[in-house]
Amino acid sequence: MGVIFNILMRNHPSTLAAATTGPLQGRSHGLLLALFCLLVPFLCFLFWKQHQPPPVASEHGAGIDLMINYLLAAVGGLLLVGHAILAWFVWRFSRQDRVTFRLATVRTEWKWALVPVVLMLLVAEGGVLVFGVPVWKKFYVAKAPANALTVEVTGQQFVWHFRYPGKDGLFGRTHVKFIDDDNVLGLDPTDAAGRDDLIVNGQLRLPVNRPVRLRLRSKDVLHGFFLPSQRVRQDIVPGMLIEVWFVPNQAGQFEILCTELCGLGHHMMRGLLQVMPEREFEQWLNQNHS
Amino acid sequence: MQMELTQTSGLSGGTSSALERNQGSDANPPWALSTGELALWAFLATVTMLFAAFASAYLVRRTGADWQPIDLPGILWFNTMVLLSSSGTMELARRRRERFNGWLAITTWLGIIFFVGQGLGWRQLAAHGVYLSTNPQGSFFYVLTGLHGLHLAGGILFLGHALNRAARAHSDGRDDAALHGVATYWHFLAALWIGLLVLLSAL
Amino acid sequence: MIPTPIGNATPHATGFWRRYIFSADHKVIGIQYYLTAMAMALVAGALALLMRIQLTWPGIRLSWLGKLFPAGMPGGVMTPEFYLSLITMHGTLMVFFVISLALVSGFGNYLIPIQIGARDMAYPFLNMLSFWLVVPACLIMLGSFFVEGGAAAAGWTAYPPLSALPQAVPGSGWGQTLWLLAMALFIVSFTMGGLNYVTTILNLRTKGMSMMRLPLTVWTLFFAAVLGLLTFPALTAAAIMLLFDRHFGTSFFVPGGLFVGGEIVPHEGGTPLLWQHLFWFLGHPEVYVLLLPAVGMTFDVLAAFTRKPVFGYRLVVISLIVLTALSVVVWGHHMFVSGMSPYLGEFFTIGTMLITVPSAVIGLCLIASLWGGCLRLTTPMLFAIGVIALFGTGGFGGIFLGNATSDIFLHGSYFVVGHFHFMIGGVTLFAMFAATYFWFPKMFGRSMNERLGRIHFWLSLIGFYGMFLGMHFLGLNGLPRRYYAFTQFEILKPLQGMHLWISISSFLFAAASFLFLFNFFWSLARGSRAARNPWEATTLEWTVRSPPPHGNWEAEPPQVHRWAYEYSAPDAARDFTPQTVEPDGAMAPK
Repeated sequence: MGVIFNILMRNHPSTLAAATTGPLQGRSHGLLLALFCLLVPFLCFLFWKQHQPPPVASEHGAGIDLMINYLLAAVGGLLLVGHAILAWFVWRFSRQDRVTFRLATVRTEWKWALVPVVLMLLVAEGGVLVFGVPVWKKFYVAKAPANALTVEVTGQQFVWHFRYPGKDGLFGRTHVKFIDDDNVLGLDPTDAAGRDDLIVNGQLRLPVNRPVRLRLRSKDVLHGFFLPSQRVRQDIVPGMLIEVWFVPNQAGQFEILCTELCGLGHHMMRGLLQVMPEREFEQWLNQNHS
Repeated sequence: MQMELTQTSGLSGGTSSALERNQGSDANPPWALSTGELALWAFLATVTMLFAAFASAYLVRRTGADWQPIDLPGILWFNTMVLLSSSGTMELARRRRERFNGWLAITTWLGIIFFVGQGLGWRQLAAHGVYLSTNPQGSFFYVLTGLHGLHLAGGILFLGHALNRAARAHSDGRDDAALHGVATYWHFLAALWIGLLVLLSAL
Repeated sequence: MIPTPIGNATPHATGFWRRYIFSADHKVIGIQYYLTAMAMALVAGALALLMRIQLTWPGIRLSWLGKLFPAGMPGGVMTPEFYLSLITMHGTLMVFFVISLALVSGFGNYLIPIQIGARDMAYPFLNMLSFWLVVPACLIMLGSFFVEGGAAAAGWTAYPPLSALPQAVPGSGWGQTLWLLAMALFIVSFTMGGLNYVTTILNLRTKGMSMMRLPLTVWTLFFAAVLGLLTFPALTAAAIMLLFDRHFGTSFFVPGGLFVGGEIVPHEGGTPLLWQHLFWFLGHPEVYVLLLPAVGMTFDVLAAFTRKPVFGYRLVVISLIVLTALSVVVWGHHMFVSGMSPYLGEFFTIGTMLITVPSAVIGLCLIASLWGGCLRLTTPMLFAIGVIALFGTGGFGGIFLGNATSDIFLHGSYFVVGHFHFMIGGVTLFAMFAATYFWFPKMFGRSMNERLGRIHFWLSLIGFYGMFLGMHFLGLNGLPRRYYAFTQFEILKPLQGMHLWISISSFLFAAASFLFLFNFFWSLARGSRAARNPWEATTLEWTVRSPPPHGNWEAEPPQVHRWAYEYSAPDAARDFTPQTVEPDGAMAPK
């Protein structure tokens, strides 16, 4: 122990002169650092091979995946080139003992500055305009088609409630003063529209290949409604009624996550999404409407 | 011109660039501010941003369903006149150096009257049943006038300081930077109040 | 009209208290800030390790910690509410009380006057006041762990209604109030500091020190100060309104019709999104407040150890101006899925993608500064190159998040955690280490141990990438941040393996940081004596003795004859020409 301490702490002034002498100095550090820089894009590639979004299960999700994949390819390429250049520079210029290039002229500087300007405008700005904005418009700006099924999603500290409007297609009024153990959403008993509303806790059933309009509400704090496979994510804000729509195009069972910090049970606010064939869905709906 | 010089000066290391030849700015440009003025203006910028943040919050919040306009207390209009005239006396104090002690004192008193008047305004509002949490516009009213009042209280202290300094500076015939500073700050407070009043009464 | 630009050094104080505790000397204050930040970093880092332990081994029992936090870790098992306090306080402390304090306040105070040739800040007393406001802010923040309900638990972003309603989460009791008070003190202090920076840099430059001769450190600190002055007020306003909502029954942020903890909440009509807008109006520029000085200091270190001028000084200054301007209009990219208008989303996407342009130009200048240089890979230089690497790796991640469409999938995931740790954790921390190793000889008159420094560098680099590179890809899997455990979801369970590696990396990084601390304090007492200019650098601080005397210059403040990066000038005798050297080569008279 003492020996190690002595070796480590041998009086070793950190001055310029010291930097070019001694073991493991200058050049070897340069080589190691260059190798490390090359390792980074390689590591990214390895990680990417193992970590990818879950298979997409909605119509617009394909567009989001296209955007992400484009970025992975384009930005990944830039990452590789950038790190390679850094590695090369570090390795190359840690091996020379005098300055070989000192100062660029104004014109040279500007010329080189064009490289990142053009690259960023093309890759980042161009990418989002070409691939991103159309998907964004479809997901957020466009209205849901007329044949969309409407379901209301209510976030409550650590559970999800789903409400189907029933045969009349109308949701009954709610008010916080009616909330109790049997009436979790606070349905107004005097409102006829609410009589046939179907309320399900924890599990959202949807028909496959039919547009779904979700009305998102919260009873208490912010929540985040996240369907990873469907590439749907929307914060739920108390006091606001936020609508999103999408088309699930794969049947199956998926998980619903909360992705906006909502309190101590945030990590277990789990819901299930069951996407089923249209006929099965209708059957289920009819069975449960009394 | 200097850019031209470098462009002709070769590609790589060896020649010096415009940066290296750049002459120091020893002669200060005419728009240069003294350190005190600079600090004051930077401070005013940050105060402006504070009230701008509140103003944008106000504009967002007023679209809420529960927004009800309140009747502003009548004394505000009197207060406004007081503050505006104090701005005028402040300017007189700043310009007419031989008499500034008197004008400065008047400004200070007008400032105090405004401050008390704002307090009476709060009481009037409370008498109408509008408390801090009664109504969103009322909340904004209390918070905004309160914050403005705090800044104004600082201004009154600043005025007292300037009054003290001015008396001494006057006696030995020097110009007084504190006086110019407090004048700028005071005009700012008056302008800020007008802005707040427009916000609270018209929007 | 302008007083002679020598700064306002107060008479040299005598006596221990006035000299080292309530000192108005910018150098003492800078070091005080730095040491405060170091203490806070120990706490904030420890919080992070606790989080890592919980995430890797959910529900593990650590009995000895149970004694320290009987409420948060009863019997040594962490409760979810304590975990939320940990994430909140780790973020708050690191952003405001570690990085801001060390980089902007610490090095800013130490370096600005001495690099521009002033004797002190424009307002030394204000400067002292600003430090002594931060101390109670720190104490209140730390103390909030020990109040009923524990420390604030609504995240460092403190989104209401969670942060507004004590019944929503235990930390929103007294903990959140103390959080708001501490932040208010911090903002007042930071504003006073910013006023000092702006006035000092604009008005106290010594003879010959034109703006275009300033070292980039000073430029970046200038923009950081301007941004701080213009954007912190938004958080001040928001904090005031949140305090009123919490304690005086107003409804700025809390909407009506809420039902929390079995009770109706007596508020009406507030808008939670309003807080988010105000918070991020500060929050995003705050990133640049931290990032810009880190980059500026990196440039200065690069120049000294490549023995050549930085590439594109002018480009950097222009990019800084553009970045500063753009940074106040892109805050909405934190809110793409928040429920704000989708048209705003488009606007903020396009703006955010624009901001990649000046950022990339700065990145280019960083890398190109190496070209043709004669690299001397000392510890500060290794860390500076580390900054370039982190800036690159982390910066590319930002392109995914500033894009609203990909952000729909990546928002609030570990991709975000990885990205911002690279930028405001890694770039800033590595720059801070580079700056510490670089200026330590000047600050304390002794050098830090080089060998330990290099070991520190390698462990930090490997540890850092180990922690945060993989997080990006967890985010690509959809792993959400701010989860106490990943045990409840089938799709998250397979990702548990990576957490072990992240935690091991974090222990490595922590070990490296202790090595740094040891080196720091050991070198304070036992490091080899440093000369005036051990690195053979050109800027003004290296022309005075180490540590510099009170008032910085024994005689008259220096006159500056050239820009800050006169390395390897063709006709000069040595490969560096200090700024004070007259054009004909003779040393300026002292």
